[in-house]
Amino acid sequence: MNSISVRALLVRGMLAGLIAGAAAFLVAYFIGEGPVDAAIAFEESHSHEHGGEELVSRAVQSTAGLATGVLLFGVAVGGLTALAHCVALGRVGRFGPRATAALVSLGGLLTVYVVPYLKYPPNPPAVGDPDTIGQRTGLYFLMVALSVLLAVAAVILGKRLAARLGNWNATVAASAAFVLAVGLAFAFLPSFDEVPKGFPAAVVWEFRLATLALQTTLWTVFGLVFGHLAERLHTAGASPRRVPAAV
Amino acid sequence: MAHSTVPATAATPAITPLSLKEIAPWAVFTALLALILLYFVGAEQGAVSLVAGETVHEWVHDGRHLLGFPCH
Repeated sequence: MNSISVRALLVRGMLAGLIAGAAAFLVAYFIGEGPVDAAIAFEESHSHEHGGEELVSRAVQSTAGLATGVLLFGVAVGGLTALAHCVALGRVGRFGPRATAALVSLGGLLTVYVVPYLKYPPNPPAVGDPDTIGQRTGLYFLMVALSVLLAVAAVILGKRLAARLGNWNATVAASAAFVLAVGLAFAFLPSFDEVPKGFPAAVVWEFRLATLALQTTLWTVFGLVFGHLAERLHTAGASPRRVPAAV
Repeated sequence: MAHSTVPATAATPAITPLSLKEIAPWAVFTALLALILLYFVGAEQGAVSLVAGETVHEWVHDGRHLLGFPCH
């Protein structure tokens, strides 16, 4: 009997997402703000457009503003991943709630972040042409959606193949199909190279590495915390102190 | 030992999947709310703008950059 409810998992997912967001905020603040400040310094020394008064000061942007963005992102991703976990639980191999949470979180990091990142890497302030922001935003979200859908398709393919090829070979075949499909998308979607002349390459590198550290922290902490909570929920549900169902 | 509702043979029982029907309403509602949140963090007053001005953009500016969304 399975007594885990969707509601209970969703609540724990959002909570774990909030905790993961807090951890990611620390990484963003201590590792990410350096390159952001360096990029803004470059921007100010090379352009005279931003001479006016600021709507939100840098001090607020790098603390309260950054926390708002990262925490909201954590809760939203936590809720969505908890629901993906609800669907995956008991359907993808013989994994318990904790192992399923780890796998879904790893899959989330790879498909929601790493795959789109390889095609459309994030840029610090001062990098990027304002005229193409609409196109870049659209393509970025398209790449995220495509990557997630292809991963779901690969999991379904793997499950189908498992009966014939066995679990290991089916997983390898489905992963290869995913990599091939993603490669095709990379080859056919347009790319952008908008790093301005003279912009320090090291700042771009440090910034991109910091964003990767932020997302890796977020998904790892989420997977561990949510997995722990989901496992506990499952154990509590299966324990004898649970009131037996009538019938 | 008190009698358990769980059969003794089921030391590590396979997990029964949650029915998709049960997940669906939660999924629709959460997906909707989460996407709206992600939109405001990731795209509002950048490529598209629902609220006038640039305050939302400026407020989440650093988060948007560091979370990997296209910003400027």
